[in-house]
Amino acid sequence: MDDPIENRGGDPTAAGALGDVLVELRHVNKHFGQLHVLRDIDLEVGQGEVLVVIGPSGSGKSTLCRAINRLETIDSGTILIDGVPLPEEGKGLAKLRSDVGMVFQSFNLFAHKTVLDNVTLGPIKVRGVKREAARKQAMELLDRVGVADQAAKLPAQLSGGQQQRVAIARALAMHPKVMLFDEPTSALDPEMINEVLDVMVQLAGEGITMIVVTHEMGFARKAAHRVVFMADGQIVEQATPEEFFTNPRSERAKDFLSKILTH
Amino acid sequence: MDSVIEALPVYLDGFRLTLYLAAISGALSLVLGTVLAAFRVSPLRSLRLIGTLVVEVGRNTPLTLVFIFFVFILPGIGIILPLGTLPAIIALTVYTSAFVCEAVRSGINSVGIGQAEAARAIGLGSVQTLTLVVLPQALRTVVPPLINVLIALTKNTSVAAGFAVVELTATGRGLARDYPADVIWMLLGVAFFYLVITIPAGAIAGSIERRVVFSR
Ligand SMILES: Nc1ncnc2c1ncn2[C@@H]1O[C@H](COP(=O)(O)OP(=O)(O)O)[C@@H](O)[C@H]1O
Ligand SMILES: [Mg+2]
Repeated sequence: MDDPIENRGGDPTAAGALGDVLVELRHVNKHFGQLHVLRDIDLEVGQGEVLVVIGPSGSGKSTLCRAINRLETIDSGTILIDGVPLPEEGKGLAKLRSDVGMVFQSFNLFAHKTVLDNVTLGPIKVRGVKREAARKQAMELLDRVGVADQAAKLPAQLSGGQQQRVAIARALAMHPKVMLFDEPTSALDPEMINEVLDVMVQLAGEGITMIVVTHEMGFARKAAHRVVFMADGQIVEQATPEEFFTNPRSERAKDFLSKILTH
Repeated sequence: MDSVIEALPVYLDGFRLTLYLAAISGALSLVLGTVLAAFRVSPLRSLRLIGTLVVEVGRNTPLTLVFIFFVFILPGIGIILPLGTLPAIIALTVYTSAFVCEAVRSGINSVGIGQAEAARAIGLGSVQTLTLVVLPQALRTVVPPLINVLIALTKNTSVAAGFAVVELTATGRGLARDYPADVIWMLLGVAFFYLVITIPAGAIAGSIERRVVFSR
């Protein structure tokens, strides 16, 4: 398969720091009953790389994301984070998950907790950070994603775009090694999509390793080092964003792009 | 009517014991039932199995049989419990826990799966996920059915009357014997004392329900 480093466009100094493989999937297979949703997936994501995963609905993108922090188990193959295979259950798994940030399509903020408490819960309960220090860090993160003024509110009082930015802050508060985004803007009203994408572009610029399932071509072009195109549970092709969007090689990708372009 | 007043101290003794049985078994059932519910949603198969087993046995066995088990069968196989309230409390707790478990479990299921996934995604363990994220949100839907379970428990304490525990119903039976002319009044007196427990419980349920709905 392709070496991710060769495929990386963008800032060459950033690419220089991207040496090590951070996330590695080898021969990963997953079934839901009869349905073969991940077919022998091989994928490497480098330190500091921003990878966009794109593909038709039902192609297995969410399952791929969820397998990386083991919200879904896999049937065969190996997934390594920073060289360590995913633990089975228990403490080791919880530790791994704390190192892998996840942002969901539907935000999933803790509905009974304020915005601030959403962000401090993990650091306090998982990392053992003192309450005051956790609050200070949370306020900085909320400020960074532009919702510091909403800290005392409950999630239900926020707009979708604000909620998703809080969800990003919540994930960042754990200082994850890698951030997973599963269609973070698909549930948003159009006018709120950019406020979330802007935050993600900013994170990409800071060198955070990101795996992003999205159909937002603007984001892919601006921030991604590499685009992976999935169909029917397989990685069909991968390329730099520029190459993929202007000159897709496979028929599946051409067909898919023609459909999303007409929208 | 006068004889009810006259028998008041006797009633109060029975009432106290009924209240005691209901309070102790109620508290224990809430704890055990919640633990069982945690078992039933656990990622571990063995825990799920234990939870299901206890709940199915508890729910599908008549309470009198549960009492018979703890009062007669256990001593028969060499496990002797002191007579009095202990076997009654154990029987009531085992039986009621099954219903508490099912109420709590349906509350847990009413909380969206995304909440638990988000909790696990930041590295919370399964117990933390349950106690910090899922159960606090389940509380809202769980309180009304739980109060119903506790009201049923209060009435179920009367089964203990058949097993040498002189709680309210046993007291009423004794009084009916002592005042044969006022049997109806004596039994109405018994009913009154149950209502003293169950009506406020229902009212509390109503007010809690309104409060949690508002705080959302
Ligand atoms: N929990 C599940 N049980 C059964 N089938 C599932 C489940 N989750 C996803 N699937 C199926 O697996 C396939 C891939 O799903 P998904 O990974 O969500 O695709 P995508 O995110 O690319 O739209 C789809 O056909 C979907 O219906
Ligand atoms: Mg999806």
